[in-house]
Amino acid sequence: MSSTSIAITALSVAKVGSAGVVEQIDLPEEVSNYLAHLGFLPGTSVEVLRRAPAGDPTVYRIDGVEVGLRNETARHIYLRLTSPPKTHAAPTNGSAPKNGAHR
Amino acid sequence: MSCHTAVAEPELAQQSPEPSGVRQLRTVALIGPPNSGKSTLFNRLTGMRQKVANYPGVTVDYHSGKMKSIGRSDLTLIDLPGIYSLATYSEDARVAVEVLTGRMRGVPRPDCVLLVLDATHINRQLMLAAPVFSIGLPTLVLLNMSDELDKRGGQIDTLALAKELGHPVALISAARNKGLEVIAEFLARESAAPDTGSRPVQLPILQSPAITRGWATQVTSRTNYITPATARWTQRLDGVLLHRAAGPLIFLAVVFLVFQVVFTLGQPLSNGLGNLLTALGAHAAGLLPDGWLRLLLRDGIWNGMQSVLVFLPQILLLFLFIGILEDSGYLARAALIADRLMRAIGLNGKAFIPLLSAYACAVPAIMATRTIENKRERIATILVAPFMTCSARLPIYTLMIAAFIPNRLFLGGIVGLRALVMLGLYVLGFLAALITAKLLNSRVLKASPAPFILELPQYRWPTVRSLALRLYDRGMLFTKKVGTIILSVSLLVWVLSVLPVHRMDGAFRLSELTSSVVGHLGHWIEPVIRPLGFNWKIGIGLLGSIMAREVIVGTLGTLYGVDPATHSLALQTALQHDMTLAGALALVVFYAFAMQCMSTLAVVKRETNSWKYPVLQFCYMTGVAYLAALTTYQVLSRLL
Repeated sequence: MSSTSIAITALSVAKVGSAGVVEQIDLPEEVSNYLAHLGFLPGTSVEVLRRAPAGDPTVYRIDGVEVGLRNETARHIYLRLTSPPKTHAAPTNGSAPKNGAHR
Repeated sequence: MSCHTAVAEPELAQQSPEPSGVRQLRTVALIGPPNSGKSTLFNRLTGMRQKVANYPGVTVDYHSGKMKSIGRSDLTLIDLPGIYSLATYSEDARVAVEVLTGRMRGVPRPDCVLLVLDATHINRQLMLAAPVFSIGLPTLVLLNMSDELDKRGGQIDTLALAKELGHPVALISAARNKGLEVIAEFLARESAAPDTGSRPVQLPILQSPAITRGWATQVTSRTNYITPATARWTQRLDGVLLHRAAGPLIFLAVVFLVFQVVFTLGQPLSNGLGNLLTALGAHAAGLLPDGWLRLLLRDGIWNGMQSVLVFLPQILLLFLFIGILEDSGYLARAALIADRLMRAIGLNGKAFIPLLSAYACAVPAIMATRTIENKRERIATILVAPFMTCSARLPIYTLMIAAFIPNRLFLGGIVGLRALVMLGLYVLGFLAALITAKLLNSRVLKASPAPFILELPQYRWPTVRSLALRLYDRGMLFTKKVGTIILSVSLLVWVLSVLPVHRMDGAFRLSELTSSVVGHLGHWIEPVIRPLGFNWKIGIGLLGSIMAREVIVGTLGTLYGVDPATHSLALQTALQHDMTLAGALALVVFYAFAMQCMSTLAVVKRETNSWKYPVLQFCYMTGVAYLAALTTYQVLSRLL
């Protein structure tokens, strides 16, 4: 990736509005398989959308789908931050349509 | 804009050239990931002519139906569980594989497959396509939600995709009923296709998700796929509905509104239905000669059935709301809001969905706990599920509240006292479930947490069609219960309320209520329930409703109908004369906790494969109910 930032962080601590690319997933096979089918695979871009009213779980957008994960799970998913809050770069494939729908 | 080509026909390579007669098409399987709009499509294709059944040996339900809506009554459509992959670590996926390969007992092997995918997330959804294709059945790929794709500026070349996949592809919108004619075309062509003999059916080659995903991405990249923009409305709505402060408040307001409407709209409808049924009964009774037959039919059967049947409007309204909340996508948000609470009491987030469905009925809720892999968490969920206020409690709640709670309005008429009491009863059941779960967790069961992973579908307008179908299902179920259990118990209670027959002045005479079998039984158990503020008639009602909770309303209808003192009164009025407010509240509190349902006990026995849990559950719940009702009556009768 051309991004200058090489900061790798756990998904659970990424700030709301930030985005990145999944780097690694350290979870039991059964869980990681399930997550993979929802799009959580190394190389996929993910965005932190919002936290539930109680602060946990958090809603992430991966691959155009919104998925809620508890922090205890998100702690084991690592991502390379590509953009600070707000400006979200190109999705995994295809051209990005006119954007501006974020929050 | 996306191109609505009909069926884009690929160059099919795998069909063998030797024709040996025409294929006989009988069974079609419908498969797709969760939230792909599969059930909407199923309802479109089969209409009202569908059946729900259980696969043998497992508790996964399946729907099947004749494809009458597209003029193919000769074909049976089988709806497979919504799954992301065919990897058999979930029971749902195992069922799907067994049906597709023809190894499921009692289910014929499908002759072809309709694969439904959400057109707005092609990349991810295609991951299911690879294993489904590898089974080797003729497959039509349906990209559903074409209307959403269009609206949000997405695009896909179906012809290119069909070429990539080697299977026909079509864009459809099941919700808007668009493009569905391709299904009939596909089936017609498959019927006319030369019979190639039974194709070899092999298990799908399951590669790692990363490889499958790589394949899916590669395929999509060659189809000019333009990812649709994120749904703005979903984002805006979630900004409010999942808001830190507003979210939980809106959740409570929504729940309260449901009860308020069930009362303000349901009550007059219910009264109207009651008047109609009474008039009908009186008219029918007038046609019969005076005598025991008329008494049996009017007092024994009609009174009992009618007093339960009048609650049909409230039940339908409740399910209308549950349907709207579920179909619109709000229920998933509610699960997200509630997860923190669930975790605090040591339950898996996944337990939330079964527990939520226990608001309708505990039986399917207990069957749905099969999705919880951890056995201890599963048993904990099974044990607490019957505390959730199921719809069988609605008749007795509504009856007592309408009879004893004044219709007072607060806050300029928005908040009604009756709805508040009803909400209180629901909260009571929920608290009992929470406390029990907490107790089980710290004492009986030690649970290890399983992950909470929840997909949030985008908000959609519920379709009238799918709501109507739900209401029809529920209405039939309720009416059937009235026609079977309620009818038989009411009949039994009436017979026992006129027995023994004795001779007087040379003629046979039926017993008076107080000197009948029921009267004796009632007076015999009265000392036990007197401290709860219940009279002996309520006692008989409690005994009868061990079968099912609604039975008490039928039994009371019969008993007060037989009693000459209350014969001419409506059930509500009769109860007002016979009970105090404290006793009435004690009764609804008893029903909030008591385990009065044979079907639930039977299903707990089956699911846990032991008598230990149903017996434990029955004793515990009945004990809690008795103590809670005792406290309620003793405290309130001193205060009021």
